[in-house]
Amino acid sequence: MELIFEISSEGRRGFIPPKMDVKSYKIPGKFARTASPKLPELTEGEVVRHYTNLSRLNYAVDVGFYPLGSCTMKYNPKVNEAAASLGGFLNIHPYQDQKSVQGALELMYNLQEALKEVSGMDALTLQPAAGAHGEYTGIAIVRAYHTHRKDFGRNEMIIPDSAHGTNPATATMNGYKAIEIKSDKNGMVDIEELRKIVGPHTAGIMLTNPNTLGLFDENILEIADIIHKAGGLLYYDGANLNAVMGKVRPGDLGFDVVHFNLHKTFSTPHGMGGPGSGPVGVKSFLEQFLPIPGIEKKGEKYLLNYSRKNTIGRVRSFYGNFGVLVRAYAYILTMGGDGLKYASEMAVLNANYLKVKISKTLEIPYNEKPCMHEFVATTEPLLEHGVKALDFVKRMLDYGVHPPTVYFPLIVHEDIMIEPTETESKSTLDHFAEIVEKIAKEAKENPKLLQEAPHITPVRRLDDVRAAKQLVLRWK
Amino acid sequence: MDSYIPHTDEEIKEMLDVIGVKSVDELFSTIPSNKAINSLKISKGMDEFNVLSTLKKMASSNANADEYAYFLGAGIYHHVIPSAVNQIASRGDFYTAYTPYQAEVSQGTLQMLFEFQTMICELTGMGIANASMYDGASSLAEAVLMASRHTQKYKALISDTVHPEYIETVKTYVTGPQIKIEKIGHGPDGMVSIADLKAKIDDQTSCVVVQYPNFYGVIEDLKTIRELSKDLIFIVVTNPISLGVLEAPGKLGADIVVGDGQTLGIPMNFGGPSFGFFAIREDPKFVRTMPGRIIGETVDVDGKRGFVMTLQAREQHIRREKATSNICSNHALGTLYASIYMSLVGPNGLKEIGEHNYSKAHYLLDALESTHHFKKAFSGEFFNEFVVESDLDIQKFEKNLFKKRIIGPLVLPNVDRSSKGKLLFCATEANTSEEIDRLISVVEAM
Repeated sequence: MELIFEISSEGRRGFIPPKMDVKSYKIPGKFARTASPKLPELTEGEVVRHYTNLSRLNYAVDVGFYPLGSCTMKYNPKVNEAAASLGGFLNIHPYQDQKSVQGALELMYNLQEALKEVSGMDALTLQPAAGAHGEYTGIAIVRAYHTHRKDFGRNEMIIPDSAHGTNPATATMNGYKAIEIKSDKNGMVDIEELRKIVGPHTAGIMLTNPNTLGLFDENILEIADIIHKAGGLLYYDGANLNAVMGKVRPGDLGFDVVHFNLHKTFSTPHGMGGPGSGPVGVKSFLEQFLPIPGIEKKGEKYLLNYSRKNTIGRVRSFYGNFGVLVRAYAYILTMGGDGLKYASEMAVLNANYLKVKISKTLEIPYNEKPCMHEFVATTEPLLEHGVKALDFVKRMLDYGVHPPTVYFPLIVHEDIMIEPTETESKSTLDHFAEIVEKIAKEAKENPKLLQEAPHITPVRRLDDVRAAKQLVLRWK
Repeated sequence: MDSYIPHTDEEIKEMLDVIGVKSVDELFSTIPSNKAINSLKISKGMDEFNVLSTLKKMASSNANADEYAYFLGAGIYHHVIPSAVNQIASRGDFYTAYTPYQAEVSQGTLQMLFEFQTMICELTGMGIANASMYDGASSLAEAVLMASRHTQKYKALISDTVHPEYIETVKTYVTGPQIKIEKIGHGPDGMVSIADLKAKIDDQTSCVVVQYPNFYGVIEDLKTIRELSKDLIFIVVTNPISLGVLEAPGKLGADIVVGDGQTLGIPMNFGGPSFGFFAIREDPKFVRTMPGRIIGETVDVDGKRGFVMTLQAREQHIRREKATSNICSNHALGTLYASIYMSLVGPNGLKEIGEHNYSKAHYLLDALESTHHFKKAFSGEFFNEFVVESDLDIQKFEKNLFKKRIIGPLVLPNVDRSSKGKLLFCATEANTSEEIDRLISVVEAM
């Protein structure tokens, strides 16, 4: 498709701003812009067509099945969008008098209460703008806790080898050394290894449970005990919370800090990669370290409290991604406590059902026990036909479904990570399993078909190496 | 059955049979039984009509810009947004898509982001822009970290005319890497004190941070600051809507330009979500220390032009603990709003909007000063915000304004504790002359 700059034509207008209705003042020459920015010049209709045509090149949850492991691409309900576009939410300013935004503060307060209940935590901040931002905030709180106790020797953060890349990156940003711990043969944290590496340098451990293999770590209580006895804290990466709502709460398992991904678990749209929202919950002894302001209720009034005395400070401006919070709250109102539990149950049912179906075609490592909301399969045996996991999933594009996550977690070779979510029907799952079977057959009979896939997408495989070597990062 | 989850009881049974278990609960057998729970203390779910009624009630209790005039800015602004922006951005193929990992079916997102990067470069006068960050404050914090990564020096100078919440955010982010923050004071003109800046630069300084226009609305003298801080990374925080009329920071020597994109077609949203933009001078080495996703042009196997996420070797999913940042999700949907906005208004529209803002704010200042209750606090030139001192009873003034359906200026001590008794007014193209008359009549009635 042509770039918007390539269809631009000098002098065209797409919008007429309000006419000046007071006298004009002239900007002094020494401040004035010397050359005007080369922005597109188009009519409104041309702009609408350009972006509409771009949108049609995208795959999306509204288009079809999106089993991207660890991303929880569940359906994004439209009532959430309707709620978020109410003028009383959309057109309010963060600095207007708190008395004039009681409804907004009430919504945030109620959402906090619901998230506390889901996670079993005592206090919460809605400020972080994304999951990784929540991780950052959570580990900054861990750091503040140790510093406050003048326990300065703790400079290590333990992170399983199956963890998301954001975990070690977060540890580094907070000034910690990331200590990788291997998974045992069952895909769990290796307890014996853990005992060996904890000590006076341990600040904490970052865990995703269920982990990225889709397995619930059964040793979690023992892990909590080992870390706590060593003086560290437990951080819960909420990426996979969609598996356990109403079934178990991280707070009850011994976790001290939790982050949520409202754009995964609570159905807010992913927006092509954001905005998300990454609230952080903590146990009461850590509340003093949460970012400011807190949102509180006094009598019938809601207010912003800026007086947390050992706060880590702010992690962004204002109070968080309010528009995302409205959507998540609408979802919680719709689902209710029982509905959230049911969502997790059906997410786990779907994953286990699909796992069994796919196990007829592909190998499933770590298949002794039920999985939770996702599972990992491997295409390693197809290497002898010259077919890699990437080839396998690229072929799915020709069948009209979005590929699962590939090459993650790093501990399984040629893996594909599948998370169907609860909003997909049995027939969708059956259809997907059939596609997998078909592609596996093609891999053996005609590997080229996969190696050169996809064939019918708007563009075919793109040259990543060229993109990185001959940098073209803007139109000129 | 519910309207988002499809299974019937029969289907659930069939699926359990295939799995080979008797109940759904059996699938949760790996959870320690003494910690398992059975229910959540969250009220029962509601039908769509009642959900919306509940939320409408909450929304309608908020005073909002559909009914009130706003003279409040300070980082979030009320601007006119063309109808087409939200209409297009509400397409499900945009907002329900994920990060464009599968480039072949994400060309819509990728091309949009590539165009966005170009528009941000054009606007700021910089060579390279990324595909967005969370917001202005966290973008600035990441810029300060990048400056230290690049220079291996650990003292950052930040003007105290930068938004206080941005400074607080930077202070949080520098805790881990132990970067020292020193504030530069301002003069009676409301601009960076050149003498103070000179005195504080030393061989450990990584960067100088200023805001343009600054928190008090004043247009900083970027050129002079650049000349004084030759060997440092020069970071400029800017309001993009001002750049239709103000000289591009890139032309004045900025190394990194960041800011919040809310003014480019995004509603106020109680402060979020918007997006942060992050642009740097063109430098193939510098770009490798930049945080966030970057989209690049390439070709597919048939030689057809296409776009991909590039330079991913900087990012957390590849580099893990050695990544330039932990950022994963950004705020791509916000960049779509901004791209549509910039495409609609074009260079001429943006200039007119900038001129309108400048004139409205100056007209407002004149009108306020003519009541003799207000005096401009700083002598420096401003864009669409300015600080005044007032002899009015501020609380009563705010109350009276509210009665006349006006959301008044920011009382500075609420956010910036050093500025007792001062008010930060804002006027944009969304403020009509009638609103200004109404504001003045409230003053005159006091």
